[in-house]
Amino acid sequence: MAHVQTLVCRECGHQYPIAPIYTCEFCFGPLGVAYDTEAQRATVSRESIAAGPPSIWRYRDLLPVDPPGDASARVGYTPLVRADRLASELGLGEVWVKDDTRNPTNSFKDRVVAVALAKALEFGIKTLACASTGNLANAVAAAAARAGLTSYVFIPADLEFAKIATTAIYGANVVAVDGNYDDVNRLCAEIAAEQSWGFANINLRPFYAEGSKTLAYETSEQLGWETPDHVVVPVASGSLLTKIRAGFDDLFSVGLLNEKPGVRISGAQAQGCSPVATAFADNAQVINPVKPATIAKSLAIGNPADGYHALDAVRETRGGIAAVTDDEIVEGIRLLARTEGIFGETAAGVTVASLKRLAEEGVVRPDERVVLYVTGHGLKTLDAVAGPGSGPTAVIAPTRQAFADAFPETQPGR
Amino acid sequence: MTINVRIPTQLRSLCDGESEVTVEANSVGEALVALNGVNSEFSNRLYDETGNLRRFVNIFVGEEDIRFLDGLNTELRDGQTVSIIPAVAGG
Repeated sequence: MAHVQTLVCRECGHQYPIAPIYTCEFCFGPLGVAYDTEAQRATVSRESIAAGPPSIWRYRDLLPVDPPGDASARVGYTPLVRADRLASELGLGEVWVKDDTRNPTNSFKDRVVAVALAKALEFGIKTLACASTGNLANAVAAAAARAGLTSYVFIPADLEFAKIATTAIYGANVVAVDGNYDDVNRLCAEIAAEQSWGFANINLRPFYAEGSKTLAYETSEQLGWETPDHVVVPVASGSLLTKIRAGFDDLFSVGLLNEKPGVRISGAQAQGCSPVATAFADNAQVINPVKPATIAKSLAIGNPADGYHALDAVRETRGGIAAVTDDEIVEGIRLLARTEGIFGETAAGVTVASLKRLAEEGVVRPDERVVLYVTGHGLKTLDAVAGPGSGPTAVIAPTRQAFADAFPETQPGR
Repeated sequence: MTINVRIPTQLRSLCDGESEVTVEANSVGEALVALNGVNSEFSNRLYDETGNLRRFVNIFVGEEDIRFLDGLNTELRDGQTVSIIPAVAGG
């Protein structure tokens, strides 16, 4: 990887060699990957990307690891669809949906895991692990199975059944921890220090997080190498939002964009777990952790690791952060499905509802080209939409008359 | 009070590689200051120039984050465990 130089502390700038490490020894700040931008500029072009596979590996020159020998699991390069009916309902102009439900395990986490796994193999790691709110668990378990690695997946014990079953099926060791995600995370940080495992979002985190940038790369390529005016991104740890912003900036740094992007970044949180939205609303410098209580379990991180960077990204780009109720989340899921035929999970409901809120507040404007990130599939959180509207429209006898009685509007001459 | 302080890998070079250090302290803040008795570099790593705990350091008493307790003033009982955990994992 000639274009990757070192790991560098995002707080104090201290440099470290490339290794499975994630925090600065001097200030505890998060480590990030430092690239040789000049080398990248010389290698990558719109043409070289277009000639690549229809997956995240088409951006190999912008990623911190070489594609694995087996890159046949098609991760990424998901559809960016124009969402005119949704835009119309929200009183907006040009809205696009990045449909990341279309990944191997139906969430954006396949992107970050693909990068983490490739790096783990490079480091000679034999066991892949993670602390997860569900989607990452799916992605780690499936990727480890395919690569023939052992996996340990740590989740809060109260996770949705679907997310547990769709992890266990891959043969992962599923460790349900009696606590919330932040408890799981703390436990894993301690276990990571004692095992020679690759924890996707702990000691592989500097590399793993880079995978999220591919959402920005694809968005821009799919818009004909332009950028959106405004994006709305769900916020759990804050890493995805931070990396989407960085991804747009990287495209300019390596010469793939003609103009410096001015993408406004807005965040989406559930009211029952909104530490970053609260700090934003209060104009605070400190993010206070919370105990999550929301149906959006995939976003239920009360102590967000990248909260400060997410807050900076939103403030610097003059975006906003909404905090929406559980009812708004369910309505958001329904609205997206009804208008665009895309069934997202609760995090998508949070994002759609936040877009609605931000549009009403005038933060997202009708003259902006907006991209909404739908990061996981609705079948993972089916329970959230149980109840009114989730059953049949009518139950009828198997006769034409019964149908006619139930749906008179379908009958001629009435 | 005798307190066990769990040391993260990043700081173990300051205490001969030990994962746990025993100190005498009545509060979380005192326990962290007492680490300077082991190695005076501890405070530089845990606190910033303005004397605040660095923003990517999380401190727990047992399983609870001290920000849900009384912060650095959280009182300790004999035999309790204080853990220093990097905040940048997860998500």
